[in-house]
Amino acid sequence: MTSGGALAGPFENEVTLSFEVNGRRVTRRGPGHLSLLRWLRDLVGVTDPKYGCGEGVCGSCAVQVDGQVVSSCIVLAAQVDGAKIETASGMCGDDGSLSGLQQAFHEHHAAQCGFCTPGMLMAAASLLEDGRHRSRDEIREALHGNLCRCTGYGPILDAIEAAQAGREATGPRAGSETKLVAG
Amino acid sequence: MSAGEIHSSKAEELRVVNQPLPRPDQREKIAGSTSYAADFGMPGMLHARLVRSQVPSARILRRDVSAARALPGVVAVFLGEDVPHNTVWVDVPGQTVRVAALRASMEVLATDRIRFHGEPVALVVAEEESTLARACQLVEVETEDVPGVFDPFEALAEDAPAVHESGNLLAEWNIDRGDLEEAFAKADAVVEGTYSTQFVDHAYLEPEAGVAWVGDDGVVTIRVCTQVVEHYRDVARILGLPESKVRVVAPYVGGGFGGKEDMTVEPYVALAAWRTGRPVRMQWTRDESLLARAKRHPMHFKYRTAAASDGTLLAEDIEIMADSGAYAYLSALVLLYSSVHACGPYKVPAVRMRARCAYTNNPPTSAFRGFGGMQVVFPYECQMNRLAAKLGLSPDELRKANALTRGDELPVGQPIETEVLLAQTIDAVREAAGPAPQPSRAGKLTGRAIASNFQSYGRCTWLNDSAAAWVGFQLDGSVSVRCGVPDIGGGQASSLAQITAEVLECPLESVTVYFGDSSLTPLAGTTTATRQLLMSGNAAHVAATLLRGYILHGVALELGESEESLELRDGEVVAVGRTVPITEALTMCRRLNVPIEALGTFFGPKGKPVEKELKTDRVFPDFTFGTHLCDVEVDPETGEVTIVRYVASHDVGRAINPLSVHGQISGAAVQGIGMALLEEITLDHGVNLTGGLFQYLVPTATDVPDIETVVLESGEGLGPFGARGIGEPPIGPPLAAVASAVADAIGAWVTDLPITPERVLKAIEESRA
Ligand code: FES
Ligand code: FES
Repeated sequence: MTSGGALAGPFENEVTLSFEVNGRRVTRRGPGHLSLLRWLRDLVGVTDPKYGCGEGVCGSCAVQVDGQVVSSCIVLAAQVDGAKIETASGMCGDDGSLSGLQQAFHEHHAAQCGFCTPGMLMAAASLLEDGRHRSRDEIREALHGNLCRCTGYGPILDAIEAAQAGREATGPRAGSETKLVAG
Repeated sequence: MSAGEIHSSKAEELRVVNQPLPRPDQREKIAGSTSYAADFGMPGMLHARLVRSQVPSARILRRDVSAARALPGVVAVFLGEDVPHNTVWVDVPGQTVRVAALRASMEVLATDRIRFHGEPVALVVAEEESTLARACQLVEVETEDVPGVFDPFEALAEDAPAVHESGNLLAEWNIDRGDLEEAFAKADAVVEGTYSTQFVDHAYLEPEAGVAWVGDDGVVTIRVCTQVVEHYRDVARILGLPESKVRVVAPYVGGGFGGKEDMTVEPYVALAAWRTGRPVRMQWTRDESLLARAKRHPMHFKYRTAAASDGTLLAEDIEIMADSGAYAYLSALVLLYSSVHACGPYKVPAVRMRARCAYTNNPPTSAFRGFGGMQVVFPYECQMNRLAAKLGLSPDELRKANALTRGDELPVGQPIETEVLLAQTIDAVREAAGPAPQPSRAGKLTGRAIASNFQSYGRCTWLNDSAAAWVGFQLDGSVSVRCGVPDIGGGQASSLAQITAEVLECPLESVTVYFGDSSLTPLAGTTTATRQLLMSGNAAHVAATLLRGYILHGVALELGESEESLELRDGEVVAVGRTVPITEALTMCRRLNVPIEALGTFFGPKGKPVEKELKTDRVFPDFTFGTHLCDVEVDPETGEVTIVRYVASHDVGRAINPLSVHGQISGAAVQGIGMALLEEITLDHGVNLTGGLFQYLVPTATDVPDIETVVLESGEGLGPFGARGIGEPPIGPPLAAVASAVADAIGAWVTDLPITPERVLKAIEESRA
């Protein structure tokens, strides 16, 4: 059994694309019309970015492309060939440990069904990246493109504030989260 | 901050239960490694999609699948005739006819009649997902429009087009109690109001999805996001297989809220896998989910409330009309919930209640968090706030004076058998909220209101509900729990780990829960009706308690001590003068033929079946009570409503995991606020116009404030450790709390949902006229 649904091919408009996904170089051939989301899920087998709407509204497919958060459902994979892609699963350390932000999500019960969580983490990570202090309302504002139907958002805001406070106390941590910094 | 407070009335020494422990399932979700239904695939897997009707009411004249079958990459196209038993049956409780209980049916794939926009007509199976859209277009379905009906009142008119041959009245429930006429005659105040609620979508972030395959043992397995693994029985009936040959596996579900209670993709992926012999995946698009999956029932209410000058409630005269849409699904039960809860958490001596539910050619409606018990909070609590204003009484005192207490009876005759902390929840939200809100700018209007509610937890008592769980020690002292509970994000599995760890005195980390497999885990029933903590929670408690007894028995035999002198503590059996590590105790048990595993079954409280005329003793096991407070600011120029503060308090009996309890209340309150202000499925003569989350407005982080919670623990619930269910109850109060706060701000009532800026402006205008 595999994760994702490996496509068989050959395909019409076949293209060969190469990405660095969570630090791993992956070259695949597939249909040229695939969104980045489907490319990641169906061809690369990285399934933590989720399909929630396919139209750029819900944020559950959010990933970082060369350091920019994008809704991967509305980006053609072929448009960003060669890019460096980070997803939420790539935030974990090599030993599977959670990053500071992920740990804060865990401690503050910021995931219930967890379906929005990978996208939320990507939005939150990029918000905290520049080190500038954000108020709770600014964090709220920054999450307006990420829907959650379970938590009521409060616990997610708690987690992001706690992660921010943790960084301010200790300085940006070396390790998994700095992997997300645009490079 | 949104962190909640907890007030506990009965302290008990608890080590794992009642602790705010981060849930183990969340760790995997946060690490991005949870495999949801659509994340799973198999080698050689095919893809499937439904061809759905484009019109709401029609006769099918011709279906031609030849062009679709001829498309390269298409493996099969199925029609209703290809389904061994093309019918799904639903029991409609209480609606007896002369010969037998009423049952309603719908086709798996429609063969000759279309009753709603989006009804499945054909099933296309292809090698690649990208082929499906084209293949679906090539399926020709020729139809002839048949007059439809799109309003439940019109549906019950004499000359209305019949949605089903049985007639358009699907179900009705009545309550007659006390002398209504006399009560109204002697009343000092009568408040009359009409209210309506809208079609609402569950809008969980995870659209419906599943994979089915046929194993080498001939078993059809369906791995699907569902709240009900027991649908394997329905699939077996459809395929004509023995129930033992179909298995449903529920991975962690990306939100359910009742929308994954009925079958979604199950019959289709099962049929396709069964007929092709290959694994098949189906994933609904968001549009498809918004178009065709059953919604929340729109309801129309007429309330007349009578009271004495001191506020004592004398009577309620209530009419409810619900839109069942095109098929029965769970509509009759939803309406029963509305009926039983219709008078709110109050003593009402005289009641006349008439509830009806009609078929229309609108999208079908079925289960949605709150299940009919939440829509009625809107009218009954707006009535209470209007009554308080009319009599010049405090809304808090009015509620407290009429609140149900232990020993009182509901209008249907059900006694309240546990302690009720309704008054305490009112005080709790007032205390947390403090002084009334002030306008942020000149010209803005502010308002504050409260709304209380009660909501059953556990299934109807005549349904003979039960749940089973298995708990066993591994030889190294770690613990496995097996339980058929589907986990839809509320911590259903992890709470079993907490309960087990508490009873077996072992660390939480040493307990692993296997869940949601209809063949390999003992069946625990549906994750619906706020029943799992009550049912599977108690089953795990029973099993763990049995197992603890076994271990103590084994060690007592070995040491020649009495069982009473032994205790299980911190992973050891403590005897007089010595301790036995658990691993050693297990060895003793095995040597002495004492089991180190146990199956626990919990049976729900029983009651008599209901009839149309509701007069019974006990419909539900018990209820959860609560109160919400809402502060709004309204811009009278634009009609825009901003919720500036929101406090919710419920008596949860005992919080098994306070983090989960806070999460459930916060999430439910926001879902309720969404329904109050934003959400609506828009229809035009049955045609669903809501095409995506651009149009269906789920609250975002900027639409809602933090939900402040005050959790009360009476220890009075029927669940393990005195817990009450909390999944559904907090979605009840927001509709009335928001509407009443808006009324407090603008001095006029908006009684049709959602409360849009247009409706607010109109209400302001009318009140000035
Ligand atoms: S799936 Fe991409 S934004 Fe919703
Ligand atoms: S946790 Fe379920 S959608 Fe956010």
